[in-house]
Amino acid sequence: MTATAPTADERLIRTSPLRRMLGRPELGSVVGALAVFLFFALVADSFVRAAGLSTVLYAASTIGIMAVPVALLMIGGEFDLSAGVMVTSSALISSMFSYQMTANVWVGVAVSLLVTLAIGFFNGFMLTRTRLPSFIITLGTFLMLTGMNLGFTKLISGTVSTKTIADMEGFASAKALFASVLTVGGVDFKVTILWWLGLVALASWILLRTRVGNWIFAVGGGKEAARAVGVPVDATKIGLYMGVSFAAWIAGQHLLFSFDAVQSGEGVGKELTYIIAAVIGGCLITGGYGSAIGSAVGALIFGMTDKGIVFAEWNPDWFKFFLGAMLLLATLLNAWVRKRAEATA
Amino acid sequence: MTQPTMTQPTDIAGRTPLVELDDVSKYYGNIRALEGVSLEVHAGEITCVLGDNGAGKSTLIKIIAGLHRHDAGTFRIEGEDTRPQSPREALDRGIATVYQDLAVVPLMPVWRNFFLGSEPRKGYGPFKRLDIDVMRRTTHAELLRMGIDLRDVDQPIGTLSGGERQCVAIARAVHFGAKVLVLDEPTAALGVKQSGMVLKYVAAARDAGLGVVLITHNPHHAYLVGNRFVLLKRGTMVGNHTREEITLDELTRQMAGGNELDDLRHELEGRGA
Repeated sequence: MTATAPTADERLIRTSPLRRMLGRPELGSVVGALAVFLFFALVADSFVRAAGLSTVLYAASTIGIMAVPVALLMIGGEFDLSAGVMVTSSALISSMFSYQMTANVWVGVAVSLLVTLAIGFFNGFMLTRTRLPSFIITLGTFLMLTGMNLGFTKLISGTVSTKTIADMEGFASAKALFASVLTVGGVDFKVTILWWLGLVALASWILLRTRVGNWIFAVGGGKEAARAVGVPVDATKIGLYMGVSFAAWIAGQHLLFSFDAVQSGEGVGKELTYIIAAVIGGCLITGGYGSAIGSAVGALIFGMTDKGIVFAEWNPDWFKFFLGAMLLLATLLNAWVRKRAEATA
Repeated sequence: MTQPTMTQPTDIAGRTPLVELDDVSKYYGNIRALEGVSLEVHAGEITCVLGDNGAGKSTLIKIIAGLHRHDAGTFRIEGEDTRPQSPREALDRGIATVYQDLAVVPLMPVWRNFFLGSEPRKGYGPFKRLDIDVMRRTTHAELLRMGIDLRDVDQPIGTLSGGERQCVAIARAVHFGAKVLVLDEPTAALGVKQSGMVLKYVAAARDAGLGVVLITHNPHHAYLVGNRFVLLKRGTMVGNHTREEITLDELTRQMAGGNELDDLRHELEGRGA
């Protein structure tokens, strides 16, 4: 063997620490988040106060809970357009099941978990079986869920929103888990922030430290290559869709227990919000690259921009403009990163 | 041309080939993709499969790799009649195939690619995790063994040159205990220097005792390293020679065939000058 005489390849790219940092998927979003933070800290005093930050974090967490699995799915090379309305579906299911069966709300919550996971499985199963683009499959699910949310709710409740379940057994404990408020140092923080951070930590662990994480990168970055070396491509994709539906269940329960009734028309358009947060956070739209932490930073940018504009007492119409500019910048940065990473010597 | 200096192991009677195809055919509907092809692969030898585009090289690979089942003839692995049902089964029986696309994921770090699909883990239950330390060190060591000194196993594999990527794929197959290495046109998209580098690693794998099937359409590359040469044309076998039986000129002539020969010779001589 040639162990004593390794070939020195002069064209091997040297990586400086700076270059390595530039290679992090979150980089662009962190820079963006800092810029947004400084900007609103300067123009709106209330933004940097504890109460203001708590509001921002809450707004970020409701997006972030979903942005995490959506980011993982995107790293795995797929989209889920049904993610937004699935949150509403999940809330409607637990609410209406508990109400109609006059059961403990926890029963409804459990049923909702099963049904929501089944929807995620359906998305993944259809995708892997039909080999159609996920855009089409989940667009179908999106439309069907939108219709069912309205249709079933009207059929069962007679109106477009569910009946209140606030007086039902188990409501208080479920509310404590999904929609309570924690007071730290005189400032109120919503429990969703904890759910969000927990999901980010869990997703990062899975992505970077487990075999499944390796598979997620692989099925997104090179499906055929992954298949050739024995990665269970279909199971990985189905699992990712079920991850989205699991998070949709959490977000849905929060939606239900923050109030006590659910509007059946909610959630339309949210799916794009999650995707935007993931993309701003450094996920490549074509898959194979990104991070869970990036999605959290993306959600934070969302929260800051959303609330910052309110604190600055501007016309909230500008929110969309900021978002669009941010998305464009992030995507340009990602495209550059990808070119750098894929360039062959 | 480089004159081969190595001594050729002759075919000792009674030695069981690692892989043997005997009169194998494959049909896709009414299309005859492969007809009556025979080849053998011995440990420590390189069997080259030569043919132009559409000669049936890909079909042959797919049969050996377990992607497709042959329709006629026999396929033996270490003397045993077989019909691998999946690439996984072929892999488990020691046949590793390195495809042209190399089965690597460009955006993933070298070490993640190296172990993709066979990741070592440590810990228990829900805390079972990748043994990243071992993965990195092994990757570095195995590549070094093949003669590639990677400064950083963390770089995306897409940043490596084509030849280096090819070598990573070969090193991976060797590390995971392949007995037979099937290489699909490893030098097709490479320049002269890179091709030389890859051929060196192919020879290194052979010297490590592996049997190698080298698919190529370049007789010069084949003759540099090959022990046996199987020539395919339009799905049929037009030649099956050991190194002693054939010269490079003859191999080139057979591969080019008839009318194309003069043009090709002209071109090759022009290049060699």
